[in-house]
Amino acid sequence: MRDARRAVRRPIGLRLWLSGGCLTLLFLAALFAPIIAPKDPLMQDLFLGRMPPFWMDGAEPGYLLGTDSLGRDVFSRILYGARLALIVALVAGTLTCLIGATLGLLAGYYRGWTDRVISRFVDIWMAFPPVLFAILLIAVLGPGLLSIIIAIVVIDWTRFARVIRAEAMSQSAMDYVASAQVAGRTRFSTMLTEILPNVLPTIVALLTLEMGIAVIVEAILSFVNLSISTDSPTWGGMIAEGRTSVHQAWWVLVFPLITLFLTVLSFSQLGEGLKDRFDPVLR
Amino acid sequence: MSFLSIRNLNVRVRKGPMILRAVSLDVAVGQVHGLVGESGAGKSMIGKAVMGTLPRAMEVISDQVLLDGVDLLDLPAADRRKKIGATAALIPQDPLTALNPSKRIGPQITRRLVDILGWTRADASARALELLAEVHIPDPGRVMRSYPHELSGGMRQRILIASAFAAEPKMIIADEPTTALDVTVQKQILRLMAEMQARHGTALLFVTHDLGVVSKVCDTLSVLYAGKVVEEARMLRFFTRPIHAYSRALLAATPTYTNPDGSLTPISDAVIAAVEEEVRLHDVRARL
Repeated sequence: MRDARRAVRRPIGLRLWLSGGCLTLLFLAALFAPIIAPKDPLMQDLFLGRMPPFWMDGAEPGYLLGTDSLGRDVFSRILYGARLALIVALVAGTLTCLIGATLGLLAGYYRGWTDRVISRFVDIWMAFPPVLFAILLIAVLGPGLLSIIIAIVVIDWTRFARVIRAEAMSQSAMDYVASAQVAGRTRFSTMLTEILPNVLPTIVALLTLEMGIAVIVEAILSFVNLSISTDSPTWGGMIAEGRTSVHQAWWVLVFPLITLFLTVLSFSQLGEGLKDRFDPVLR
Repeated sequence: MSFLSIRNLNVRVRKGPMILRAVSLDVAVGQVHGLVGESGAGKSMIGKAVMGTLPRAMEVISDQVLLDGVDLLDLPAADRRKKIGATAALIPQDPLTALNPSKRIGPQITRRLVDILGWTRADASARALELLAEVHIPDPGRVMRSYPHELSGGMRQRILIASAFAAEPKMIIADEPTTALDVTVQKQILRLMAEMQARHGTALLFVTHDLGVVSKVCDTLSVLYAGKVVEEARMLRFFTRPIHAYSRALLAATPTYTNPDGSLTPISDAVIAAVEEEVRLHDVRARL
């Protein structure tokens, strides 16, 4: 019995450690980018264009991951790009979660007309293709950090609403919810004390997943040049630039891609790990 | 004097079939009233109708649901909840889904005392420890700090009994409290409930499909078929001289040790047809 439980628990720990470690490293790097970054991310030096990363022949000392076609340091640009990516992930992810989860919880617990209004709204919302919707929104709102965040919240809250509604509905059918109500508790307080703690693991998993998605959406938007002002470094922007010169300087494309991939993977794995950790039955 | 008095309680799915048909029953102070019937007869629905935990798709039409001298139907929703919370408690059927898996046992018991009686946390904790000891839980302090999944089904049912008795309700509705447990634990839990009921002088509405259990625990009983009470009787009279054909068939279907070839007696089609006809006639008369 004890052995079986340990066997189930071990991979959870590893997953949490790896993804958490990756993200912590990224957060610290983004936070201290001005200190860590060896070069100014915007500084151009046309004589040092397309320099390869440090382990290849012809690398220029000081440019760790090489330079792009304008001679800007790829490593420094990735660090500064992380700042934007993480701000978007945290702010947009949290806002999306708050709005979507609240609506989902209300719909799933109160049912009736509350549910009908929210669910129909979600259905209509989900009929729009999300990326086109985001691009349209940015085009209307104009580029900028706030616009990106608004676009992500607006297109993605439905994901939370849907899932949390279903979870809240299945929780509402439990006997302990009925007991709480029989004890004379109001419906609202029952929702907060009996339903919310039990859907929290799902909310956390979705939240981290959403942060990964926010990073991707931000990259997509900056890829098509609809992110913040064009001169500040973004992962999506770097990928777009690197794409054009991939045969001469693959590093300009590959390093931002790897960073993006690892970030999104870490977020989703962190979510899975936390869900398992939080779940009182699996714990 | 009856503590719970239900008169002409009808429950139906909105624009759908009837679930309960003109149910009347009384539970006297300090008495145990059994509610028996086959699955789907509406046993649990009576408890839920009283407690106000019916599924939302159902509507209640009734002359009177008198609890502790107050007609619940006359009260606005908030007052009704308060009244029910203060005077009655529920022991649910499935101990595995009746405790919130994300909260420790302690707060789940003390919460009732804080909510209903307005006690302080410390007083409530002390009382919860006493209650857990009273339901024969070893090491109550450790159990208070446990999560539900760390405890067995029998332990959880004891905890639910303790928490039902926590705020000293005058009435408890037990909805098949032993169905989810295996037979050996069942007996302990029944003995425990009888013991707690006698000590606290609580009126108990005991929902079950097990006539053997009824004969051990109850003072009076109602037999339910298709949401209709077909017979209401005191215990001794029911087991010696059941009046209704369905009751007689139900009693005859109970397996006994004295039955030589060990075969079971099913309820005959004629009895079912008769009682179905009775229900149909009731519906016709109700519609007039």
